[in-house]
Amino acid sequence: MKKSVFLGALTVAGLAAGAAAAATVDDVKSRGKLNCGVSTGVPGFAAPDANGEWQGFDVAVCRAVAAAVLGDPTAVEFVPTTGKTRFTALASGEIDMLARNTTWTFSRDADLKFTFVGVNYYDGQGFMVPKELGVTSAKELDGATVCIQTGTTTELNLADYFRVNNISYEPVPIETNAEAQQQYLAGACDVYTTDASGLAATRATFEAPGDHVILPEIISKEPLGPLVRHGDDEWGDIVRWTLNALIAAEEYGVTSANLADLSSAPTDNPEINRLLGTEGNLGEMIGLDGDWALKAIGVAGNYGEIFEKNIGESTPIGLARGLNAQWTNGGLIYSPPFR
Amino acid sequence: MTTLTDPPKETFRLSMLIYDTRYRSITIQVVAMIGFMLFAAWLISNTAENLATLGKPIDFGFFSEPAGYDINQMLIEYQNQDTHLRAAFVGLLNTLLVAVLGCVTATVIGVLVGVLRLSPNWLIARIMTVYVEMFRNVPVLLWIVLAMAILIESLPAPSAFRGDEPEATMKLFGSVALTNRGVYVPEPLFSRSLGNMHLFGESGLRFDVSLDLIAFLLVLGLSIFAARKISARANAIQEDTGVRPKTWHINLGVIVLPTLILLVLLGFHLGYPELKGFNFQGGTHLRNSLIALWLALSLYTAAFIAEIVRGGIMAISAGQTEAAGALGLRPRRIMSLVVLPQALRVIIPPLISNYLNLTKNSSLAIAVGYMDITGTLGGITMNQTGRELECVLLLMLVYLCISLTISAVMNWYNNRVKLVER
Amino acid sequence: MSDTHEETIRFVRDSMLPQQEPPATSTGVIGWGRKNLFSTPLNAVVTVLSLALIYYVLSGILPWVFQSVWVADSLAECREIFLERWGSTEGHACWAVINERWLQLLFGFYPSELYWRPILAFILLLVAVAPVLFPWASNKLLVVTAVFPFVMPWLLWGGTIWTPLLVAAGFAFLYFGPKHGSEAVGSLAAVIISVVAALIWWMFIVGPLSGLLSGIVPIGLEPVDSRNFGGFMLSILIGVVAIGCSLPIGVVLALGRQSDLLIVKAICVGFIEFIRGVPLITLLFVASTLLNIFMPPGTNFDIILRVMIMVTLFASAYMAEVIRGGLAALPKGQYEGADSLGLDYWQAQRLVIMPQALKISIPGIVSTFIGVFKDTTLVSIIGLLDPIGLTNSIRADAAWNGIYWELFAFIALLFFIFCFSMSRYSMYLERRLKTDHR
Repeated sequence: MKKSVFLGALTVAGLAAGAAAAATVDDVKSRGKLNCGVSTGVPGFAAPDANGEWQGFDVAVCRAVAAAVLGDPTAVEFVPTTGKTRFTALASGEIDMLARNTTWTFSRDADLKFTFVGVNYYDGQGFMVPKELGVTSAKELDGATVCIQTGTTTELNLADYFRVNNISYEPVPIETNAEAQQQYLAGACDVYTTDASGLAATRATFEAPGDHVILPEIISKEPLGPLVRHGDDEWGDIVRWTLNALIAAEEYGVTSANLADLSSAPTDNPEINRLLGTEGNLGEMIGLDGDWALKAIGVAGNYGEIFEKNIGESTPIGLARGLNAQWTNGGLIYSPPFR
Repeated sequence: MTTLTDPPKETFRLSMLIYDTRYRSITIQVVAMIGFMLFAAWLISNTAENLATLGKPIDFGFFSEPAGYDINQMLIEYQNQDTHLRAAFVGLLNTLLVAVLGCVTATVIGVLVGVLRLSPNWLIARIMTVYVEMFRNVPVLLWIVLAMAILIESLPAPSAFRGDEPEATMKLFGSVALTNRGVYVPEPLFSRSLGNMHLFGESGLRFDVSLDLIAFLLVLGLSIFAARKISARANAIQEDTGVRPKTWHINLGVIVLPTLILLVLLGFHLGYPELKGFNFQGGTHLRNSLIALWLALSLYTAAFIAEIVRGGIMAISAGQTEAAGALGLRPRRIMSLVVLPQALRVIIPPLISNYLNLTKNSSLAIAVGYMDITGTLGGITMNQTGRELECVLLLMLVYLCISLTISAVMNWYNNRVKLVER
Repeated sequence: MSDTHEETIRFVRDSMLPQQEPPATSTGVIGWGRKNLFSTPLNAVVTVLSLALIYYVLSGILPWVFQSVWVADSLAECREIFLERWGSTEGHACWAVINERWLQLLFGFYPSELYWRPILAFILLLVAVAPVLFPWASNKLLVVTAVFPFVMPWLLWGGTIWTPLLVAAGFAFLYFGPKHGSEAVGSLAAVIISVVAALIWWMFIVGPLSGLLSGIVPIGLEPVDSRNFGGFMLSILIGVVAIGCSLPIGVVLALGRQSDLLIVKAICVGFIEFIRGVPLITLLFVASTLLNIFMPPGTNFDIILRVMIMVTLFASAYMAEVIRGGLAALPKGQYEGADSLGLDYWQAQRLVIMPQALKISIPGIVSTFIGVFKDTTLVSIIGLLDPIGLTNSIRADAAWNGIYWELFAFIALLFFIFCFSMSRYSMYLERRLKTDHR
């Protein structure tokens, strides 16, 4: 259903008339670009560098999908979205997928009509306080001023937590992580609360990270993952299994270093063979080339490598794997079998 | 525009709808009307179709669901279990609060700066010029963000007040605390309070009005009324006899005494802020977000008002000033008695549009986390419920109503002060 | 009595004394100071206070600005250098972030090898507005003005050259249709037919035809997605597009508001008052969340176009008021003169009223532009990467996390330079127009 609009004719080139409801994968292929919604900037997860190249953990998912579908990890248009605009952008078809630390919740799935294809980071809401306050538990925060990033589930969790524990607080709603950090450092709030990953990432950039502690309480479950629109299961499958391919690659020990070796000829491990397309026709089943997973993993390596490169312990962000370790190592990261 | 006299005996033909000026205007209007209706219908049908596809029919039911989030700045009672409607109402009051505060201070600063720009003191005139140009030529959003940053960075945190030798102390004999979380000032308390009046029952719009405040305003209003009556009588005596009886001490007594008596009766005292736990407790907390927004909006708008005032003053011919000078008036009285009253007529219409701008710019409150109606209804509520259409349309409607009210009030005032031309 | 007189020595000066310098206290710096700074005790106090204020502000800002670091890779490195050189990290600017990101702040994510295109477009813009704004510019430059609306999108978005050419050709219908067709079918019918023809041309023929032509003669520029637009380029672009497109809409609205046709007037007044009554941010919410819902299913503009549409609507309401002011400022004799010449409504508007009204309105139009240009910063709230939006992205980079004043100072300075020069121009114009009128 292609309708031009008069205004569009005047502004010629930028008009992107396309189908919204029908096969997203065909749209992406005919466009030659994947439109991927990311955040306007979260350290380690998505931020443009000096050359305007987007970098980060969420960005890597977009690139992997682009590589799997189009064979080119750079064929991605990154659409920065705010907490407010992200769902509309996805619902209206402006973006094909949203990879922007978005929590998988019941109402977002059922009421807003989005399909969460998986979880690429298990997070939870935590608190950070200056060490000098001497606070060791969130329950001691009665009467504290709390900086929260608005437009997220955090403010609801916070309200619930303080209500349940019957303690009072003063919320200071803030639009972006950068502003919140500034206010927290200046002492305009006693506590900063957001996803624990965000807290760790933020603390890492402080002048004196050791002066701040992250409290042990994690008050919510925040499974963050990419999502797509309801109603296009083929596209959902592609994004879901691309993510799973990255996860499975780590489990089976497929890395960017041995990828070329493993894919050149069938190996002893049939799972790896099916994953990399040297055996079976999994790619065909989701309407892609046989080596789709190979291309996806080839962009930046497997899940573990992406994690280490963007937010792992060797980076300034310095996040431990924790819950996000492979299930074989006691974490929650688990891919269904490639069979 | 043009009226032609057509030959009288012509019968009506269809082409006259286009070529006959008597009918043409009707034709154009009908065409315009049809076009407008078609356009509206097109929009509505598109919307309906799209919403049906999205599976989100227009539904205002979410307004009666619990909002679930907290608001720090509120003029009326609100908890996170109150409804979204209540949250929107809290936001609306916050918008009105900052708009009113902003308009008042912007006018005061604007008039002051406008007059000072014409000051004979070279330095002060230049400083004012720099101020006006700086504020007019940088986006208000930047000013709001910067004002917030300045407050946060330059004022001490509450923790600085702690300890035996605190880095910061409370100002004005220990009654006011300036912190980077806001300013804590003493609050008026009444030990024999009359209580509150509950309006609107238990609905989302319920709100409490302090009877103490009403009583106070009532008494103050009556005393001022009485004082004006006394002044009027003094004027009458002056007209008759040429001698004006001294009234200021009577007036002062009439205004101050009843108010004082009322305050004593109600047991008026001040509640001082005190550092307890993480924060100051007690007193009235003017939050940073409010102060930053208020400050930035008033300074920004004041720069425009200053230009309007200056223009208005310069529009008054020099002859007026000279004539007033010849009558022996001092410069300050010339300004207040001769120039400003005349300039007011030039000033008011653009002033109205600046008030409107300030009110509309207050919607940038979300940049500093001040929970105005854009932050509640158009922010968190919209975000949590996913009801964009309902929220945005309602938000626009609210602002439209506010704007139209301001224009109506100011136009009424403008008509009052307008010179009646002969 | 007379004795005393006789005894006095008679003296008549027979040579002029040389003129003396005025007392040192009333000339030069001191005299000027006494007159302008210390004329009264109050003034003196005010002057001293002002000097103290200036000293206080400058003593805070100047060291920060000048004791700064220009070359570093991250804020942490800046801080190390601060410590090494001045012994503290407070009170020094880390301009290295500007050094690294200034191109991004200016052009957003526009491909760096194509920077010449926005720069050329900007220069062309200056050339295009010159004949309108400056009396000394040659009228021949009007050609550039006419061509500019078609060249600018092509330069910025790229793509085949045929599309702008064919779109421009559509205007030929509008121009030549009424001129040559009026004898054949009557003037009104000719106008309607040419408008319809142009619309059909734009909506159904331009797209396929330009595709066909570019297949045959592939002349074009590398296409750039509007998502890559950002920084000041985006602010200027939104401002220029909004003002350019709102001018014709504003003229129509202003005429509609002045007309005697009740329904037309009601529609125009309703539109103008509605737009002026709501904040721009709500219109941007409409652009970001609702505009796609209002359009036919399947239509999908990208967000920058949607923002441009809404900002254009916003600007046209203000433009209408500016032009209405211009119309009102025209002496009634002009209208009557046009009528007495036998000109019909549109002829009178085109030949007599509008040229004068628009000329009077130029200062107002420039101030509207300044206002819209400043308001484009609001797009950061809906996630576009204008300069303010970019500050968030830059601060999300681990290297620059925690930087603040430097970015905002840079942005504020650029905005100030743009807006200040434009407002100066507008004042100059006002003065010039005033003398023209009297």
